[in-house]
Amino acid sequence: MTATATSAFADIGRSDAALRTFLHGLPGVDQVGAEQRAAMLGTRSIKTTAKAWAIDLAIRMVDLTTLEGADTPGKVRALCAKARRPDPADPEAPAVAAVCVYPSMVPVAAEALRGSGVHLASVATAFPSGQAPLDVKIADTRAAVAAGADEIDMVISRGAFLSGRYAEVYDEIVAVKEACGDAHLKVILETGELATYDNVRRASWLAMLAGGDFIKTSTGKVPVAATLPVTLVMLEAVRDFRAATGRQVGVKPAGGIRTTKDAIKYLVVVNETAGADWLDPDWFRFGASTLLNDLLMQRTKLRTGHYSGPDYFTVD
Amino acid sequence: MSDRLAVRKTYKLYVGGKFPRSESGRSYLVQDSNVALASRKDVRDAVVAARAAVKGWSGATAYNRGQILYRIAEMLEGRRDQFIGLGEAPADVDAAIDRWVWYAGWSDKIAQVYGNANPVAGPYFNLSAPEPTGVVGVVAPPDSPLLGLVSVVAPAIVTGNTVVVLASEGQPLPAVTLAEVLATSDLPGGVVNILTGRVEETGPWLAAHMDVNAIDLTGALEAELARSLEEAAADNLKRVVRPSATPIDWHADPGLGRLTAFLETKTVWHPKGV
Repeated sequence: MTATATSAFADIGRSDAALRTFLHGLPGVDQVGAEQRAAMLGTRSIKTTAKAWAIDLAIRMVDLTTLEGADTPGKVRALCAKARRPDPADPEAPAVAAVCVYPSMVPVAAEALRGSGVHLASVATAFPSGQAPLDVKIADTRAAVAAGADEIDMVISRGAFLSGRYAEVYDEIVAVKEACGDAHLKVILETGELATYDNVRRASWLAMLAGGDFIKTSTGKVPVAATLPVTLVMLEAVRDFRAATGRQVGVKPAGGIRTTKDAIKYLVVVNETAGADWLDPDWFRFGASTLLNDLLMQRTKLRTGHYSGPDYFTVD
Repeated sequence: MSDRLAVRKTYKLYVGGKFPRSESGRSYLVQDSNVALASRKDVRDAVVAARAAVKGWSGATAYNRGQILYRIAEMLEGRRDQFIGLGEAPADVDAAIDRWVWYAGWSDKIAQVYGNANPVAGPYFNLSAPEPTGVVGVVAPPDSPLLGLVSVVAPAIVTGNTVVVLASEGQPLPAVTLAEVLATSDLPGGVVNILTGRVEETGPWLAAHMDVNAIDLTGALEAELARSLEEAAADNLKRVVRPSATPIDWHADPGLGRLTAFLETKTVWHPKGV
């Protein structure tokens, strides 16, 4: 695509009307088709060396997450230690991509991760509901970045999006992106609250047009979190967005991915939908807390030849 | 009216309270019936199911566990003829029913017999109490497919353990039929998981599994197999019950050996106060 195309996209954010025209002009998602395609890709058999490769890649893609009201500095430090060295019994096991915490825990995590190469992500903008005034969200973001976060996970205002106030959502993402400075911005769409795949596609494009570096499925705080078809729709969006503008955007499914089998299904969908360019921790992440232990157990199984158990890995 | 077509039965595994086919899709023929041939991944799934059931089952009151074991005896009684139809001797079926009742009675008595208030030189209550070991792998006796099976499973679960059983390879039908009894006896899913197939194939995976806490090798009659399974079990210090050197008379008084083989003793010190 050309520079004129890029600038054409730049104009879209000017008004609600332009955004609506563009977003509603996107082709609709074939719901049955998307679900069948995801289910079909989920049946691929990945074994032995390919499986070992996929497991290591998945470990390197994990955003090790703790987002509980009960988080303490001690728990966050323990999580950071695990992020740096997931399997103390095997130095070959790669480190995870990032640790994801609440803003108040960012200073603790920054200290614990210094020099490790593990990124530090913080949720911001009144996570998980997003129901706060814009200046509070901006301040939330600035505080997290100032404390040392190099990735920000923001939530969009689903209320505004669902009622069609697209420009409001757009402006908010632009403002938060500005507040991020050099930090990467992940935009959480909370697909479980968007109701349709068409909305997921629209929200994905909206977030990408507004400057998000990553689009992320969910907060993990609502009953329906990441699903394979939703991720498929988002991966199609980032693929099409790169084709249209030349800018590559990452995807992060979060919540509900607990087993190695699930993770490998996602990797297959990534490869078959967006392409091998996205099979990299810079462009695809898993937001998860329990997934890592299952990956480590499967890794140990491949290494030792017998099944491992949860007793041999730390809980957090 | 035409003659009815017979409904031929496919005997499946019993894992987590459900009756899945083998993950591998394989089966083998026993007495003109198809029986699932379990693979290592079925072992893995069964251990996951057994582990998930530990908390609820070991946390249930001893009284409740006893009631459920008694209920199993009731349901088995109701299917007595079915087991005889599978070729079991009536005396074996009756003994199996009685064995459930006998072990059911032990559920709330074992702590009195094997627990203790220990005298210590200090102002403390010092109490020892038996607790379940956790997930127990069981190689069931191949030569006594019902009475032998009940005699190894009942003592393991009555104290709160959960089990993954490798049923008799040559005579698996009573084991799968027993699973149907268990499934209708209020026994929580996952407490007993029954796999049919080749012990040489699945046994090593069960014995080496790091999330299994104990293994009962009563049914591993070949010395070489028993030896290799015990070696595999050593990696995470499983409790091991070795196969008997002499043939076991399953009709004899079972004693408490199998009951206590899968217990850990917890001792607590508590200040007496004034």
